Amino acid sequence: MIRLWGGKTTKDQSDGQQPEATSGSGWLGRLKSGLTKSSSRLSDGISGIFTRKKLDHATLEELEELLIAADLGPGTAAKLTAGLARSRLGKEVTAEEVRGLLAADIAGILAPVARPLPLDSSCRPQVILMVGVNGTGKTTTIGKLAWQLRDEDCSVMIAACDTFRAGAVSQLQVWGERTGSPVMAREAGADAAGLAFESLERARRDQADVLMIDTAGRLQNKANLMAELQKIVRVLKKLDPSAPHLTLLTLDATTGQNAHAQVEVFKDMVQVSGIIVTKLDGSARGGVLVALAERFGLPVYAIGVGEGVEDLRPFDAQAFARTLLGLDAVAGG
Amino acid sequence: MFDGLSGRLGEIFDRLTRRGALSEDDVNAAMREVRIALLEADVALPVVKDFIAEVKERAVGQEVLRSVTPGQQVIKIVHDHLVEMLGAQGSQLNLNATPPVPILMVGLQGSGKTTTTAKIALRLKTRERKKVLMASLDTRRPAAQEQLAVLGQQVEVATLAIVAGQGPVEIAKRALTTARLEGYDVVMLDTAGRLAINDELMAEVVAIRDATGPVETLLVVDAMTGQDAVTVATNFENRVGVTGIVLTRVDGDARGGAALSMRKVTGKPIKLIGVGERVDALEAFHPDRIAGRILGMGDVVSLVEKAAETIEQAEAEKLAEKMQKGTFDLDAMAAQFRQIRKMGGMQGLLGMMPGIGKLKNQLKDANIDEKVLKRQEAIISSMTKAERRDVKLLNASRRRRIAAGSGTSVQEVNKLLKQFQDMQAMMKQAKKLGQKGLARHGLGALMPKQPRGR
Repeated sequence: MIRLWGGKTTKDQSDGQQPEATSGSGWLGRLKSGLTKSSSRLSDGISGIFTRKKLDHATLEELEELLIAADLGPGTAAKLTAGLARSRLGKEVTAEEVRGLLAADIAGILAPVARPLPLDSSCRPQVILMVGVNGTGKTTTIGKLAWQLRDEDCSVMIAACDTFRAGAVSQLQVWGERTGSPVMAREAGADAAGLAFESLERARRDQADVLMIDTAGRLQNKANLMAELQKIVRVLKKLDPSAPHLTLLTLDATTGQNAHAQVEVFKDMVQVSGIIVTKLDGSARGGVLVALAERFGLPVYAIGVGEGVEDLRPFDAQAFARTLLGLDAVAGG
Repeated sequence: MFDGLSGRLGEIFDRLTRRGALSEDDVNAAMREVRIALLEADVALPVVKDFIAEVKERAVGQEVLRSVTPGQQVIKIVHDHLVEMLGAQGSQLNLNATPPVPILMVGLQGSGKTTTTAKIALRLKTRERKKVLMASLDTRRPAAQEQLAVLGQQVEVATLAIVAGQGPVEIAKRALTTARLEGYDVVMLDTAGRLAINDELMAEVVAIRDATGPVETLLVVDAMTGQDAVTVATNFENRVGVTGIVLTRVDGDARGGAALSMRKVTGKPIKLIGVGERVDALEAFHPDRIAGRILGMGDVVSLVEKAAETIEQAEAEKLAEKMQKGTFDLDAMAAQFRQIRKMGGMQGLLGMMPGIGKLKNQLKDANIDEKVLKRQEAIISSMTKAERRDVKLLNASRRRRIAAGSGTSVQEVNKLLKQFQDMQAMMKQAKKLGQKGLARHGLGALMPKQPRGR
């Protein structure tokens, strides 16, 4: 296994009490400061509702709405509130308690999908295919991943198969220079699948450890563009039947319920192996992730919390749930 | 699961229309469903609440109880209110200022600012005959300035020369000076994507705004945005002050609840919508069309426009003639397949058609997908002219030949012929129903009553 994030990943997760101790004010602080702003309204709302109050139906309804406002979606919000009603209806509860219970429920849903990136060094080159809707952060995520893989002494090659968007290739070339990774590119409008094929041949010849393939962003309801993506996969399989070893879907945290359609279609078309959630440093809560975890169970390999190279971090279910509900912001500052 | 707002509301109103009179309870029940549907369409919660309250107030009461068809009355109230909320009419870009007129583009990362900048520039150039200069103030994302330069070449609009090391405000000032000296009408300023809660970056936009005094400050928003739309809109409005909204990726399958939220929260009009990756895929915003789509009345206007663009007139006329005469043959069927594929496939068409919720499921049962269409076209192409005119010629040996010729199986050939017969029957039925019948019952009248088990 190639271990990302200095192998601290597992330690961080098992030692959920004091993640700050190992990473300081770095990524967790960033995630928190981002999420705090977004969750402060959520937690303020809950505090407002629950200060010394009996848990009744009206309160539950308001609580459900607060979850909806965090993008959890009406279905999941209803389910979570119903769970709370079963155990606590009519009892005296404080804001802290309610938040704790909800966070535990949410963490429970998210824990099975919080997994580290499964890179297998036994097979070279590992082919990583990056897919997603336009503007979700594919190229930036590739840049960050390349940086961290280089940190682990992996040789990385990048294929700039986004031959559509103007500037995509030069954007990736900048990342290539920053991370010292060769970037395979062709002229604009060239056949992406052809370039992917060539890149894999080249990566094999050069004995690269990892080949990352950037693709053009596409809306999941465009049948022809999705077919183009399938063609890339098909062509890769001609050289290596097991490729791509990882197909990563980038998901913008600001996305609402359309995330369901995105995951469903991409999963169907190109067998997505896991999700990377980007832009979690914003005011968007990414609550739709909870519903996605329940419905699809796809692993969430990492989250993006900023524009810097080090701003790609493992997904920690508990930290995510607690920050979402504003618990750590209150407890840990 | 997420059939979109139109499907959801379609179901609710189906229930309503079947009842004679409408009680307050009925309205309440309907509004509960409307609420969930709106939330699933990503309309922000506070906006949903207001909307429901207002519609309820209008719906419950004499207006509805006295009307002949209460369900339709409610639909109308909801629809009118949606249109009202979305902005009563299409709003144009404001260019009323001494040239060069600065237009500032702001928004989150990845919302489509740069592409939209180029699209607007092209629109102003071709439609308003304006001389436009574009400048990218994005010094953060690698190659963002190059991206705009490449787009500039594509749409043949000038871009400001890139000077390495300059800050956003400096570039903005240089853009204005250049525009003034070289006689440009409009200067498009494309800023870096930023989070609405990042104080430092928001201050940067404010500095740019103060240095340039833009006539239009357009907030570019992804149609897929969730509940966060409210936060984004509020922050940008409060800090920078926007004059209009551009909604991007409207060609996606998101229901675009964000449009409602943004409009309500900022009170600013949605001026343009992005409807595709091509540089000319930018349209004026039509509130009634979007509201109609949301309510399941379908975006018929867009459908007709799209059809007019893609269907070749001559072919369509030939087809119509054949249908009228009842001589619908396999050639006509193949022509139809071709047209469907040209218009962006079944999925694209379905989204625009009225009352689609139910149809969609039936189509799923009928297993219609693009690949099948292509294969069926191949089958028809493998037939002789005589065979295409007269299906009765097709005996077992001919069917085997056709299957081999098209790379399919005899079963598939048979399936196509069965489908052809169904369609023929459908055409006859359509003829019987006539124009009025079709209008009254919609396409549903043409679908077989029982989905055949396949």
